[in-house]
Amino acid sequence: MDYGAMIEYLPLYGHAALLTLRIGWIGIAGSIAIGLASALVTHFRIPVLHGIARAYIELFRNTPLLIQLFFIYFGLPRLGVPVDAEFCGCLGLSLLGGAYMAETFRSGLEAVEPGQTESALSLGMSTPQVMRHIVLPQAVALSIQSFVANVVFLLKETSVFSAISLLDLMFVAKDLIGLYYDTTECLVMLVIFYLMIILPVSIAGTIVERRLRHGAFGA
Amino acid sequence: MELLGLDVLFKGANAARLLQGLLVAVEISVISVVISIALGLLFGVFMTWKNPVARFVSRLYLEVVRIMPQLVLLFVVFFGATRVLHVNLSAEVSAIIVFSFWGVAEMGDLVRGALGSIPAQQYRSAQALGMTDAQMYRHVIVPQTVRRLIPLSINLVTRMIKTTSLVMMIGVVEMMKVGQQIIEANRMTSPNAVFGIYGTIFVLYFLICWPISLLAGKLEKKWSI
Repeated sequence: MDYGAMIEYLPLYGHAALLTLRIGWIGIAGSIAIGLASALVTHFRIPVLHGIARAYIELFRNTPLLIQLFFIYFGLPRLGVPVDAEFCGCLGLSLLGGAYMAETFRSGLEAVEPGQTESALSLGMSTPQVMRHIVLPQAVALSIQSFVANVVFLLKETSVFSAISLLDLMFVAKDLIGLYYDTTECLVMLVIFYLMIILPVSIAGTIVERRLRHGAFGA
Repeated sequence: MELLGLDVLFKGANAARLLQGLLVAVEISVISVVISIALGLLFGVFMTWKNPVARFVSRLYLEVVRIMPQLVLLFVVFFGATRVLHVNLSAEVSAIIVFSFWGVAEMGDLVRGALGSIPAQQYRSAQALGMTDAQMYRHVIVPQTVRRLIPLSINLVTRMIKTTSLVMMIGVVEMMKVGQQIIEANRMTSPNAVFGIYGTIFVLYFLICWPISLLAGKLEKKWSI
């Protein structure tokens, strides 16, 4: 392997990794917000919004991110809504992730036994109090495993951004392979950079999961 | 029609070409799914072995698949195999290799989970009733395992179908790529094609994956214990 070339490419990869991370984390923050809102709307069966949220969740869970990005990035400008690539990446990832997070949060909420809510209400707690002190802490503990899986999944999905000409890791790797034919070196660096991005999240997730399991009352 | 760019669909053989692209995507996923299920069942049993070497190997394999984006694996196989192993893989074959590599690991983990979720009492009760091992597996263990396994593996199928959208990035001419070609070819005459064609593909993916997801959800509910 040509280590000189690898060192030469390092800044390019570093830059691309930062872009991947930036969009990844903005997208994940966005998906938590969207997911929480959709989960609450569907959990409490708020009229009209409930139907919209269900349709959105089904639509985005059953289509690939790539076509979602293409549709937003190339399609919307034709309808007179201009979007820049980075914004499109963040929006696409948030919408995709939101649909997955919504299901995670909703099943977490549903997994808390109704008896818990009933007991809390009969103790004289208000609904917001019940949510805050009784239901949410348990729901969080119950959904942490699939939450972590979602975060890892979304970070992996960032790899398709090169298709809308964002200069991410995939783009840099493909570009350098095309320019210099250092295929092995470029691919090794690609793998190492993705490991550096996703492995820590995966490990941290496992640790958090183990800690929180105690809060789930043996579930 | 003009405004949404759907007119392009009815020009020449465009709609048929798009469907042909869809067939390529379906073909890749069907082949990969069959391989994944067959080898995944074996791998799942392998994962339950107590042998430390078996544990380490299966753990490592699973982690690699979990952490590496499918697109990275596609790149590694498609560009790397030619370079390192000096074999020329077509984009389709690379895609099938990567999807199967991924599917076997995920399927194996599902099988392991399903086997592990059968309570030990079920085995002991069956033995207490005087069943032979074969009878126990046939009447007690396998039916329960399969019930847990089927909804989850159906979900894996939809994920594979969705992921076929990525294979255009290594040059397989499937639905996404055909869509791009149609849009390019009609850029001058119908600039809105980009909206109509990508919209159509979006809907097509949904129409394929949604019923499968619904089925998985239904089975999961019906068979939940």
